[in-house]
Amino acid sequence: MRKINTSLIEQKIYDLALKAGVDLTPTCKSALEKARDGEQNATAKFALDTLIKNSEIAVEENMPVCQDTGMAVVLIELGQQVYLEGDTLSEAVNRGVKRAYSDGYFRKSVCDPLTRKNTGDNTPAVIHTEIVAGDEIKITFMPKGFGSENMSRLYMLKPAQGVEGIIGAVVETVKLAGSRPCPPVYVGVGIGGSFDTCALLAKKALTRDIGTNNARKDIAEIENEALRRINALGTGCQGFGGSTTALGVSCEWAPTHIAGLPVAINIQCHCVRCEKVII
Amino acid sequence: MIKLTLPLNKETVKTLKAGDSVLLSGTILTARDCAHKRIFEYLDSGRPLPFALKDAIIYYAGPCPTKPGRASGSCGPTTSARMDVFAPRLLDLGLGAIIGKGEMCDEVRESLKRNCCVYFAAIGGAGALYGNAIKSSECIAFDDLLSEGVYKLKVKNFPVIVAHDCHGGTLY
Repeated sequence: MRKINTSLIEQKIYDLALKAGVDLTPTCKSALEKARDGEQNATAKFALDTLIKNSEIAVEENMPVCQDTGMAVVLIELGQQVYLEGDTLSEAVNRGVKRAYSDGYFRKSVCDPLTRKNTGDNTPAVIHTEIVAGDEIKITFMPKGFGSENMSRLYMLKPAQGVEGIIGAVVETVKLAGSRPCPPVYVGVGIGGSFDTCALLAKKALTRDIGTNNARKDIAEIENEALRRINALGTGCQGFGGSTTALGVSCEWAPTHIAGLPVAINIQCHCVRCEKVII
Repeated sequence: MIKLTLPLNKETVKTLKAGDSVLLSGTILTARDCAHKRIFEYLDSGRPLPFALKDAIIYYAGPCPTKPGRASGSCGPTTSARMDVFAPRLLDLGLGAIIGKGEMCDEVRESLKRNCCVYFAAIGGAGALYGNAIKSSECIAFDDLLSEGVYKLKVKNFPVIVAHDCHGGTLY
């Protein structure tokens, strides 16, 4: 058994949040540069160039790269040999978020769903905890903007629709989103599981580096084919046209029921912000 | 690149075509979801608004807080389609122009034509770059809404693209 005080988790969340809000992931930056260099549409190329300049300004001046500093999505893999001391895990995570969003001059974007009254400190965070083997804690911090989150969809397909149905659902979701989610997007896809786990798989898919494929060959083929069809839509950067509608498609899967084929598509804008640490 | 000083006159608006790159300088007002709901409550109850809509340039945005010693926090555009339901009435009341991101609905485009107005697309996600183009920022109404309040921004060389022009032309 390994004892870890949750105050350490609070500090790690604080550090991850401050970095994530300002600095795009390295694979996001390189994907944007590759897209700009290959883009033929002049307006889209200008927009991609603006985004790259923006990411540089954000780091140089330590400013949030996008004003939508998002809901704080926190994925925790907790080794079952860890004994947590101190305040509860959720108290520690939320305190880390609250401090980071205040000290970083990040926008507080969390509100009551009906009255729309802002909670004032960007809490509560969205916390997903998984108990795993070992005595480590792996924390992934992903600020999630809602221009793109709003364009996400979940399909309960028929098993007979198979791979073609899955790819069709992914491409349709990106097509319907059009210019609204800040394309070029990063597309997280959950395949299988139940209604709820499918959506979480899609979110987890977005924590993977852009440009990587699923280890399973048939899933990787879905990723590649969906990306090819999405970039043939012509939506382009910001909806200005061109060949860069998505930077990548990332799929995660789980076994499902004999009667179903759930497919969840979680859209991420081009501001891919995701930081990880292992304690 | 076309350089324009705000507010815009109708003769200038008529010269703008979808796809034109423009640098805006002058005063703009932020308003997003909650501010629009509040504006409509004022209009519906006949109360005078704390700012003038006539010729105002509305920027669909909710900024990050401003760090000490700076003019503004990050402040890129939010998705304009959520304001589709609000825009036509405000355009009919004399709004000068709209800045946001992503396309707006046919009814808004009709309203832009009817009122000889223009919709500019800012580059979504470029919050730091736009924050740097803002030279002063002051919340002038609905400060209880925090980032969703109405902020008066003085901008210099604020880069946008004409997305829906006053002739019915569109970039999308």
